[in-house]
Amino acid sequence: MEIVKGIRPASDRSLHVSFGDEISMESYGAVMRLTRALAGARGILNLHPAYASVLVDFDPRLRTHEQIEALVRECLGAPDRAPAEQPRTIEIPVRYGGEFGPDLEDIARHTGFAAERVVELFGAAEYLVYFVGFSTCFPYLGGLPPELATPRLSAPRKHVPEGSVAIGGAQAGVYPLASPGGWRLLGRTALRLFDPQGAPPPLLRMGDRVRFVTEPLAGRLKERRA
Amino acid sequence: MSSIRVVSAGFLTTVQDLGRFGWAHFGVSASGAADPLALRAGNLLVGNAENAAALEMTLTGGEFEFERAATIALTGSDFSTDLPLWTAVEVKAGQTVRCGPSRSGARCYLCVRGSIGVPKVMGSASTHLMTGVGGRALRKGDVLPIGDQAVRRPRPGSTVPPFPVAGPLRVTDGPQADWFAGELYQAEYTISEESNRMGLRLRGAAIPSRSGHMLTEGVPLGAVQVPPDGQPIILFVEHQTTGGYPKPANVISADFWRLGQLRPRDRVRFERVSIERALKLMQEQEKWLYGI
Repeated sequence: MEIVKGIRPASDRSLHVSFGDEISMESYGAVMRLTRALAGARGILNLHPAYASVLVDFDPRLRTHEQIEALVRECLGAPDRAPAEQPRTIEIPVRYGGEFGPDLEDIARHTGFAAERVVELFGAAEYLVYFVGFSTCFPYLGGLPPELATPRLSAPRKHVPEGSVAIGGAQAGVYPLASPGGWRLLGRTALRLFDPQGAPPPLLRMGDRVRFVTEPLAGRLKERRA
Repeated sequence: MSSIRVVSAGFLTTVQDLGRFGWAHFGVSASGAADPLALRAGNLLVGNAENAAALEMTLTGGEFEFERAATIALTGSDFSTDLPLWTAVEVKAGQTVRCGPSRSGARCYLCVRGSIGVPKVMGSASTHLMTGVGGRALRKGDVLPIGDQAVRRPRPGSTVPPFPVAGPLRVTDGPQADWFAGELYQAEYTISEESNRMGLRLRGAAIPSRSGHMLTEGVPLGAVQVPPDGQPIILFVEHQTTGGYPKPANVISADFWRLGQLRPRDRVRFERVSIERALKLMQEQEKWLYGI
């Protein structure tokens, strides 16, 4: 039995299932298992996994909150039958600093490291995609070396370019599309995380392991447009 | 196959059905018609399935030329057209349907018997403007195919929904309702010009919230979230799928269509109702739709 901390309606057509208010491997595991178990269940329209919760959107013409809650409890009580998936490891090539990472110097100043050392530490870590959300396929990455944690900008940028690799507090992430955003940008990847014309899934999914490797050559960003 | 040519696109016209479900775990919200009641009713009037793709016009409508004779219905707000609203009407080959500035709410739907025949992306024809999933806003000169997806005969006569657009927006408690002391229900708010299909930004008395530790969590359509500046935002059809602001309330399903008709500078109040009441109001709408 998982450690459910609370199940309550978020709206007249959704149920919020909470596993507490800490980011941990336990809550991550519970979120992952529940999301997998509920996928495709009748009347469920959308699942929103997050750090320590799953929001279940359902069709109120087909299901009640009580029925969804019973289903959630049943899923949580059942042994996890799904075979342990071999995690995928995805390498993301990054160009650091300069126009690609306008906040690299600020991150260096805040953390007290040289910019080169920030890049080295950032690239040495392995990250876990806790979940994908926000606006379109944004991967929330755990595993940032704690000494690199840097607060968000006090006022978000109106335009963060697609592919920006960023630090937000103790988290890391990559912007799949150009959007507003308040995280600190340390580099950019030419890898496309999300193609609106293509079918999902996006490149990065919940449970993937991620490594950032330094892009050796300049001028690669244009290739994606070709 | 017959088609529609966009003579002028109006302020913002997109192709919408009832939305793209099943992708929130990849961060893609459903999108879909901002006024789902008008879309469903319009489709039922012309003999389509209620989920068929139609044109959603915003604030000022466009002009659309029909290659061949077609059956259409205009639903939602009155966009200064000569044609009757909420009624299936015949248009002739070569006829142009002209819509203009709204005389009432924010959106008007042009539903066409057979459906707008654009390809589905991830299971839906809806345009998600922010991400480009499902295409883009229509432009002058675009040609849209008309499909052959009608499922029954058009309905005779006119069917105006008996649900008032005025009155407070009904909400149920959000997950962080106990962080707030009911301030949301005391003030009147104005819809800001910065509102769009992602969110309706409200301006009014700032709502203080007990500052607490909150992890990013999933957010549903209609969530009323309160950022640190205290000015509420109602998450709309192209909403983000996760967020970290507390949510005192959530607009009820039966009032989603009213969100789609709110215009900048409109004023709104909120009224708290129980989930049971919310579901009863939704069922009344379903019953009305079954009757079309």
